[in-house]
Amino acid sequence: MIPFVLRRLALTLPIVWIVVTLVFSLIHLVPGDPVAQMLGEGTSVTEIERIRHELGLDRPIFEQYRAYMMGLLRGDLGMSFRNQEAVATSILSRYPATIELALGATVFSLMVAIPFGVMSAVRRGKAADRVIGFLSLLGLSLPNFALGPMMILLFSIALGLLPVSGRGGLSSLILPAVTLGGALAAITTRMVRASMLEEIQRDYVRTARAKGLKESVVVFKHALRNGLIPVITILGLQMGALLAGAIITETIFSWPGLGRLTIQAIYARDYPLVQGCLLVIALSYILINLVSDVLYSVVDPRIRYD
Amino acid sequence: MTEFLRANKLAAAGLIIVGALTIAAVFAPWLAPYDPAGQELADRLTGPSWKHPFGNDELGRDILSRVLYGSRVSMLVATTVVLLSGVIGVLIGGLAGYLGGKVDTFITAVVINSLLAFPGILLAIALVAFLGPGLDRLIFALVIIGWVGYARLSRGQVLQIKTLEFVEAARALGASGLRIFSYHILPNIIQPILVQASIGMAAAILAEASLSFLGLGIPPPTPSWGAMLNDGRSHLFDAPHMVLFPSIALVMTVLSFNFLGDALRDWLDPKTSK
Repeated sequence: MIPFVLRRLALTLPIVWIVVTLVFSLIHLVPGDPVAQMLGEGTSVTEIERIRHELGLDRPIFEQYRAYMMGLLRGDLGMSFRNQEAVATSILSRYPATIELALGATVFSLMVAIPFGVMSAVRRGKAADRVIGFLSLLGLSLPNFALGPMMILLFSIALGLLPVSGRGGLSSLILPAVTLGGALAAITTRMVRASMLEEIQRDYVRTARAKGLKESVVVFKHALRNGLIPVITILGLQMGALLAGAIITETIFSWPGLGRLTIQAIYARDYPLVQGCLLVIALSYILINLVSDVLYSVVDPRIRYD
Repeated sequence: MTEFLRANKLAAAGLIIVGALTIAAVFAPWLAPYDPAGQELADRLTGPSWKHPFGNDELGRDILSRVLYGSRVSMLVATTVVLLSGVIGVLIGGLAGYLGGKVDTFITAVVINSLLAFPGILLAIALVAFLGPGLDRLIFALVIIGWVGYARLSRGQVLQIKTLEFVEAARALGASGLRIFSYHILPNIIQPILVQASIGMAAAILAEASLSFLGLGIPPPTPSWGAMLNDGRSHLFDAPHMVLFPSIALVMTVLSFNFLGDALRDWLDPKTSK
């Protein structure tokens, strides 16, 4: 177990380094002078020079890179340009809201995907399978920025059941979580179906049936337990993608998370803050993938020897 | 082809919608009843009527015309992105698979893995945020995140095919590497690439709309479905049609490409079929 985790970690570290380097170099992509872009037109040259010095952009690039890396090791992501707050502080204060939203979306998608995926596999080729197949393609094709406003129209404006935006309690989590988790629910349903189709053809399932077990026991206690193993990996990968999807969902619902902070920082051209947000989202994504890989090896020890 | 469409009603529906969309995109200037940027302030936020079947937006612009013109942006961006990503991905991925060794390790382990370390759209958002908005930058950002999928796919395919006997036979006959790759390997990996391209059209349209929704796509006043949805968001209470029609256009388009891609995949690979 431990060698596997260590090997996996060793594979992850270079990726982390590349991601950090990419995020560092983003500010040098800005056409023209990033400081002039941040300050807007009509700023004096001395002011631009002062800010450039403050951000360290007047130093040689290698030195900037070294200072950036050293800062990261200390947990220092630089200063926000607009509100003079440490980038790490801004991000930390918004992070829990995004995690809450991502977990809500994952729970929702599993609540949909397991029953529908199993039903689709068990009733393969029947009407139920075709309807679920159609709905899951629809779910995949429905972007969160179309789904979100439509759900607000229906559940908040027409029916008055749920709040339009903001964060506070379970009722405010439902619409954003469903919006963010909709596509994930569709993908996971297809995964569960495919995985269950493979499992229910296996010998142990035939044995269980031959023993005279009830069909529900065969499907849920025997086949589903094995069928969910590959789903975990996909779920891990997709949970990471939720962090990116959260940028849009949080914008729609004014959810005070990392995604909204990223967009606000982009609009304000607060480049240090944008870099910090991107870095934290990408690193979270890598971490989630790592954890899901390790989890996968716990539930299915065979892959450790690959 | 006709046999394929007869067996897949959803794919046939998808093909019809994609065809209609292409016509709408090409002929938008003749089909649109009004100038998509023309403002009639007296008609602002009015709902659907005979005069304006999809209603008007907050500046009194005709939403039907804007949806029609919006299809141009979607199709233009998606086609360009899919073509460029496809060609770049197949070349780089194919080369990695064909050459193997250090080239393969570098391309797969370093380039592809580090691009995949960013969740899809995030890298595009990052690039556009720093490069600034604009059609060329949008396409650039989407190609950067798009080619990886084709590269991985073609690498895997080439690895399988290059060991087959007909490739060996060609090599034994003295064919050059370039000739083997383009005449013997490429035609054999094109089918899965086409499936990927069909699904890739859906993904590119969604990605363009996402970025435009966030205000990071094509700058106004060029109509884009994502930007129209963003405009409509602040009028959900008083003008829900502003959100409704662009949403329907977007979802139908993406759904059609997904239907086509799914049906093509099932058709080409009977193992996954229902």
